[in-house]
Amino acid sequence: MARIIVVTSGKGGVGKTTTSAAIAMGLAKKGHKTAVIDFDVGLRNLDLIMGCERRVVYDFVNVINGEATLNQALIRDKNCNLLYILPASQTRDKDALSQEGVGKILDELKKDFKYIVCDSPAGIEKGAHLAMYFADDAFIVTNPEVSSVRDSDRMLGILSSKSRRAEQNEEPIREYLLLSRYSPDRVKLGEMLSVDDVQEILSLHLLGVIPESKSVLNASNSGTPVILDEKSDAGQAYADIVARYLGEDRPHRFIDEKKGLFGKLFGGK
Amino acid sequence: MSTDSQQNAHHSPTLEFKSSTFSVPVLVLASNDVITIEQQLQEKIHLAPEFFKNSPLVFDLQELNSLDLDIDVTELINIIRKLGLLPIGIRGGAAQQNQQALELGIPIHSGYSTAVSSGTQKQQTPEPEATTELQVIAATNTLITHPVRSGQRIYAAGDLIILAQVSAGAEILAEGNIHVYGSLRGRALAGVQGNTEARIFCSDLQAELISIAGNYKISEDLNGAVLNQPVQIYLQNHTLVIKDI
Repeated sequence: MARIIVVTSGKGGVGKTTTSAAIAMGLAKKGHKTAVIDFDVGLRNLDLIMGCERRVVYDFVNVINGEATLNQALIRDKNCNLLYILPASQTRDKDALSQEGVGKILDELKKDFKYIVCDSPAGIEKGAHLAMYFADDAFIVTNPEVSSVRDSDRMLGILSSKSRRAEQNEEPIREYLLLSRYSPDRVKLGEMLSVDDVQEILSLHLLGVIPESKSVLNASNSGTPVILDEKSDAGQAYADIVARYLGEDRPHRFIDEKKGLFGKLFGGK
Repeated sequence: MSTDSQQNAHHSPTLEFKSSTFSVPVLVLASNDVITIEQQLQEKIHLAPEFFKNSPLVFDLQELNSLDLDIDVTELINIIRKLGLLPIGIRGGAAQQNQQALELGIPIHSGYSTAVSSGTQKQQTPEPEATTELQVIAATNTLITHPVRSGQRIYAAGDLIILAQVSAGAEILAEGNIHVYGSLRGRALAGVQGNTEARIFCSDLQAELISIAGNYKISEDLNGAVLNQPVQIYLQNHTLVIKDI
C-alpha cells in the first residue's frame, strides 16, 4: 500500500525542500519507487535542489487542469531510476490547486508508487493545507529555536484536525520530528534549544537530528540531494532518518558536540 | 479579485451540514399554573442571571400531561421569552400542544412518547403543593487524550479533562472545572459562563493566562513559586488563589 508523506513545518527556511529531496532519494535508493511533489506553486525550488530544472516541460498545475498527463509531467531523476519528480508551476499561484485535483493526482500516483513525498510550502494557507490534507505520515521539520517550534506546534494542530484522516475519523496521521540545522556547540552555549527542550515542547517522536552543515548548501547549489554526499554528516543523518522510518533501529547521532583534539585524547564520557 | 472569488466558490461549496450534540437546559413542569411558573422561574434566573441570559431552553410537558394537567403553550412560550430565555423546543407535548408550539416556530423534540388520551377531561385546577422544577441537565465531561496544539481551541460545556499537554498558543475553555494532566502552557479559562466555584487543576503550570469566571491572571502575574508546579487555582473573594496540590 502506497504511503503519502508530507514534509511540513509552518515556518519557512527550516529545510523542508532539502529534507523532501533527501528522503525521497533515500527511499528510492532503498529500492522503493518514489515520487516527490513540489506543492510550492509560484515559488518552485524542488527542481533546483533535485537538479532537474532544465528538464521541466509540464508541471503539477498542468496536470490538475488536464493540459498534460501525469506521465508527461513526471521527471525521472538522473541519479536513481526509481525516483520521479513532479515540479510546481512557477507562473501560477496556490489558487491553481484544488482539493479535488490534488486528490485525483495522488490517487493515480498511489497505483504506481510506494512512497509519495509532498514538499509543503511554508505557512498554513491553501498550499500547505493541500500538501498535508491527504497525508498518511508527516515529517515535521523544526529548527532549534522558539518561533520554529511554535509554528511546528501549530502545524501539528492542523494535521490533527483538518486533514482527511481527521475529517473522516480514520487512524490519525503518524507524526515524526526532524530537527534540522542543529549545532551542539551552540546548544552548549545556550544559544539554541536542545533536543530535549524541543521534545518537551512538542512531545513528538524524534526521527532524527540533522546537523548544521556546509554540505547542505553545497548540495543545493549543485542540484544533488545531500543524502548522496555519503561523507557529509548531513547526508549520513538523512540516511539514518530514512532507515529509521523504514523500521531499522539506529542510534541517534549528531546530538553531542564534536570533540576537539583534547576531547578525543582525554575522552570525556 | 472578483474572478478569483468566483473560482474559489466553484471549487469549495459554501455550505455543508454537520451533526452536533448540544447540552441545553430542560424546563420540566409539574404545575400548569402559569403565574406560579413565572414567579419561580424568575427566582431561579435571579440566582444565576449570567447563566440564563439568552440561554436556549427546551420545555418538557410529559409530567404535566401524565397528571392530566393542560397548559396554554402559547402563554408558556411568551413567559419564557419575557424572562430572557430562548425556547428552542417542546418535548412530551400532546398533539394540540405540539401544534401550538409549531405555530410559534418552536420545533418538537421526540425525546420520548407521551400517551395522553385526548378523550379524558383535563383538570384545570392546580394542585396546591405542585412546584415548578428547573432541571439543568448535567453537562457531560469532555475528555481529551491528545496534546492540544498551538492555535487549537477546545470548549467544554461541563468539566474539561486533558490527559496531555496544552501548548503555548492553545486555548481551553470550560463552563465547569479544567484538569490538565500535563504541562499547561496555553490559556485556560474555567467557569466561562460565570461559575465562580469552578477550578483549574494542572500538573505543571506554565500558562499564558488563567481565568475563572472572568477573573484572570497573565503569565507575568504568576510568581516563581508556582511556576512549573502542580497547582490548583480557585476564586476567593474575587481574587484568584494559586495553591500547590
